[in-house]
Amino acid sequence: MLAESLFFSAVLFTIGVIGVLTRRNAIIIFMCVELMLNAVNLTFVAFAQVYGVAGQIFVFFVMTVAAAEAAVGLAIIIALFRHRQTVNLSNINLLKG
Amino acid sequence: MTHNNLSLFYVFLFYFFGLVAIISALVFVTRKSPVAAAMWLVSVMFSLAVLYVLLDAQFIGTMQVLVYAGAIMVVFLFVIMLLNLGHPSELADARGVWWKLAAGGVGLAMLAQVFAVTKAQVPAAFVLPENSLANQVARDGAIAPLAGPLFHEYLLAFEVTSVLLLAAIVGAVVLGKRKERTNAR
Repeated sequence: MLAESLFFSAVLFTIGVIGVLTRRNAIIIFMCVELMLNAVNLTFVAFAQVYGVAGQIFVFFVMTVAAAEAAVGLAIIIALFRHRQTVNLSNINLLKG
Repeated sequence: MTHNNLSLFYVFLFYFFGLVAIISALVFVTRKSPVAAAMWLVSVMFSLAVLYVLLDAQFIGTMQVLVYAGAIMVVFLFVIMLLNLGHPSELADARGVWWKLAAGGVGLAMLAQVFAVTKAQVPAAFVLPENSLANQVARDGAIAPLAGPLFHEYLLAFEVTSVLLLAAIVGAVVLGKRKERTNAR
């Protein structure tokens, strides 16, 4: 089922990319990033079935990093919301020239 | 590729939950409300957990449900609740039509790229014998094949992960702490 897994993974990753590009709500963009991480995890697990268990260990580390990223990222979003009263990224344009 | 004698039920489950994951992901990126989007993302993660179990990764599937669908999504929902993101002004957040066209173009390009890579040949010397992972799981249980390498070859990475988590905890607390002098809100 390697080819099918790679297909599902590619489609899920692409949906995540499209979400990041088309949405402006910071939390939804963040969830799209999580979706992309999940798609990559599916690739790792599918390859682990063919190439050995190291792929599953990599998924383990990806999940740890995703948990850390979620904690810090959501803390940043809360800090941003306190500062600007919004999470709409089109209103947060301090770095825009 | 592995499992030459796949049962029809296995193939049906695999395609079914793959399609559920993709449809849930499509619904997820088109929802306006963050809470509805989070719920559909949970559906994606449960379907992926089923796929992991079908791909002989039972422990990873369990972790997917516990860590992703459980812990991480609960944190997301807590933040959505704290920020009270239900205002109509917050809901209409999709970008303009040019952004959507650009996103569609990027998506098509990435899909084409991934499919081109999928067509590439892999050296046969790297491929495990068929069902070797499934046999290993049947012989040693679902956790031992993962735990052995994790605490031998990958021990340093495992320990570094604990430092990463500590840094994330400290960072989240520092960022989330309300400063006294700036009378925020």
